[in-house]
Amino acid sequence: MSKKKISVALTGLNNTDNPGPGVPVIRGIRESKEFDARIIGLAYENLEPGIYMHNVVDKTYQVPYPSEGTDVLINRILEIHEKDPIDVLIPNFDAELYAFMKAEETLKKANISTFLPTLEQFEERHKSELPKFGEKYDVKVPFSKPITRSDEIDNLKEDFDYPLMVKGKFYDAYLAYNADQVKMHYNKISAKWGLPVIIQEFIKGTEVNVVALGDGHGNTVGAVPMRKQYITEQGKAWAGITLDDKRLLDLTDKIISGMKWRGGMELEIVKSFENDLYVIEINPRIPAWVYLAVGAGQNLPEALIKLALGQEFDPYTKYEIGKMFIRYSYDIITDVREFEKLSTLGEL
Amino acid sequence: MEKQQFERPYIKKLQAGMPSKFGMKPKAEPITHIDDNSVADLIGEFGSPVYVISEKTIRETYKRAHHAFTTRYPKVQFAWSYKTNYLSAVCQVFHQEGSWAEVVSGFEYDKALGNGVKGSQIIFNGPDKTEKDLKKAIENDSLIHIDHFDEMYTILALSENSGKKPKVAIRINMDTGVYPIWDRFGFNYENGDAWDAVNRIMINDKMELIGLHAHIGTYMMSANSYKIAAGKMADLAHGIDKKYGISIKYIDLGGGFASKNTLKGAYYPGSDTAPSFEDYAEAISSGLLNSELDPRKLPTLILETGRALIDDAGYLLGSVIANKRLSSGHRATIVDVGINLLFTSFWYEHEVYPAAPVSDHLEETTIYGPLCMNIDVLRESIAFPLLKKGDHFVIKRIGAYNMTQWMQFITLRPNVVMIDLKGKPHIIREQEVMDNITQQEKLPEHLA
Amino acid sequence: MQIKKNIAVSETGFVFDPTSGESYSINKVGQEIMAMLKDEKTPQEIRTRMCEQYDIDQASFEKYYYDFTGMLRQFQLIEEDE
Repeated sequence: MSKKKISVALTGLNNTDNPGPGVPVIRGIRESKEFDARIIGLAYENLEPGIYMHNVVDKTYQVPYPSEGTDVLINRILEIHEKDPIDVLIPNFDAELYAFMKAEETLKKANISTFLPTLEQFEERHKSELPKFGEKYDVKVPFSKPITRSDEIDNLKEDFDYPLMVKGKFYDAYLAYNADQVKMHYNKISAKWGLPVIIQEFIKGTEVNVVALGDGHGNTVGAVPMRKQYITEQGKAWAGITLDDKRLLDLTDKIISGMKWRGGMELEIVKSFENDLYVIEINPRIPAWVYLAVGAGQNLPEALIKLALGQEFDPYTKYEIGKMFIRYSYDIITDVREFEKLSTLGEL
Repeated sequence: MEKQQFERPYIKKLQAGMPSKFGMKPKAEPITHIDDNSVADLIGEFGSPVYVISEKTIRETYKRAHHAFTTRYPKVQFAWSYKTNYLSAVCQVFHQEGSWAEVVSGFEYDKALGNGVKGSQIIFNGPDKTEKDLKKAIENDSLIHIDHFDEMYTILALSENSGKKPKVAIRINMDTGVYPIWDRFGFNYENGDAWDAVNRIMINDKMELIGLHAHIGTYMMSANSYKIAAGKMADLAHGIDKKYGISIKYIDLGGGFASKNTLKGAYYPGSDTAPSFEDYAEAISSGLLNSELDPRKLPTLILETGRALIDDAGYLLGSVIANKRLSSGHRATIVDVGINLLFTSFWYEHEVYPAAPVSDHLEETTIYGPLCMNIDVLRESIAFPLLKKGDHFVIKRIGAYNMTQWMQFITLRPNVVMIDLKGKPHIIREQEVMDNITQQEKLPEHLA
Repeated sequence: MQIKKNIAVSETGFVFDPTSGESYSINKVGQEIMAMLKDEKTPQEIRTRMCEQYDIDQASFEKYYYDFTGMLRQFQLIEEDE
């Protein structure tokens, strides 16, 4: 069978020690037996390593940050599309998802396919909405309570046992062992992310992650659970291993079928010492460790492209257990002329 | 040979980096005209700086908002929020479109009367209404929105000596999932104060309770909060109907709709995140229609939105005074528009556009106003084109609050111009002259 | 005043300083001034040439010229021989 030619544009080429998923996603696509892909990299910054990996990315264009406005970003992508047509677009950053979800129709009209969660799904899985989420979909989540005044802190002991987690609306999470520490984190977080600050039960146990793909109709197209074996100072997995745990897969199915999740996702789950599974966070995109899933037999990046193109296919149900990934860093040699080209012309 | 257009020479260090806040900058598109008037002509005729208001934009925005609500709810009335912009010409455009007046002081009340608004179409809000104000409002059948119990008892006392039964509403604050809760205004819903206020009005029978009012916050980015507020107000109205057998005539959900300006510290620009009129209308009407309220006698929905109706219609035009380098090498541009004229720059990242086409080069710039005061900063950091001394620029989306919160500080205030529907500019407020200020002053004899 | 010998200015307005490893972008007017500085033109010669070519008076040009060369000095792109 001859492979189908296709061009795929994606972001997240920052394959650093806090990596974006771009390069691992591309590796999955490159290994596809069905697609012969031309890879168009979309870079926000001029030193994202993927830009200079010419065997990984065929052509890179610089794009403006979504913080410049959805229109500005989308117009740039349409301008690229005009001279270098894009069949499928895979955004890989949380911060840009909002813009691409809003522009889904515009992109579709220009014949650029995406496969993204809906705005409603995206909003529903926000950290501050976790208790509501747990109730609605009948999954265990840590008990949590938003607070808006520092004088509420002294009463927390009525609802919580120490230690507990103090979390910002969008980012930041700290473990606190007493009210004084909560006050300190409260002040820091509220100054940075505003109110409310979320107080969350600390679940003792093992953290596990699942990468999964939902078809938007409630079906799981693929799912691979993993435990991090080595974690960097930034909290990123540097090594991990696939797990055999039916309960993790059942929980994933339950969430995907309940939400009718559309697109890639990463579940952060804590398995408590009582052996209960608590959902801690739901990330609305493929994680950077997705290549482990590819290596274990589920080419989820390829499956995402099929979903975007509306192709029918059988979902993945198996993966190899005990497959490991170990990340490594690698120095690419390039020349200032390449850097110049990208910086002045906006493409390479 | 014709000479080429000069752009000042410029060199910028390339920030080599990983994804961070600054990515590839878009080109700076100029705003050369406002409703067919060139910026250069406007400044030539009316001076620099100058405020420019587009009548066309006001009317179009109003119609959009009106359409969004009236297609979703049967009875809708807008009331123009005077404090947002009380220049008479602006108010009259809204009144012509059908808006009532919403005022928060005796001064604004008189201004509305002066604009020919009927007393019964003036909503009187706010915590500070003097006895004199209240008396006048009672006489004119205006809608008095009670803010606290002290005010309620003042009105009760006044009604004893008045032949008229005051028409009142109570202002209610509540938890809509948005923090901080604006509990300084009105009576709280959750702790029962609101019901307490209702009961006291009903048993006294000296006032006519015709409305319920809430104003849940300002610059509300979540339309859903209005749905919660509308639902709670509808529940209260239904409760009053059940207990006393009277139907509340209107529910006033106040204002607070966001404009498309970007708040400081926001990641996404306001133009992407601000809910549309349709979003707000959908939330509010579904909150009301899905309640227990009898669909045969639905209350009128009153809206007092100000900012979202006028912000887009206002522009501030100005000129570059000077360029300089700070000690760090950072570029600074000094312009003739300061925080005295642009109060909202304290919380917005205002968009500043060149008034003529420029090259692609942008430089990270701090924009300072002309005041000899350290706080006079319009933008801490903006990717700005290379404007020269005397070049014009346009600040967009400044119609709300700037022409009421402006300061006569250090210098006089400039002309305000309105461009009518045919594209003709009219001065609607003359630039101030020395006499406007000094005639209010009195010099004690020994200093004269 | 002289631009350091090893500094390369490309046609796209990209400046690379091999001594520091920094790179810069400049606009067209900046590029032309740098080229003339490399040719060891005096400030007067540069001013005359630019005012002939561009719609700018001598006093204004001088102001921008010194601002620009101030930046070059700040970025250490200039040979400080005097």
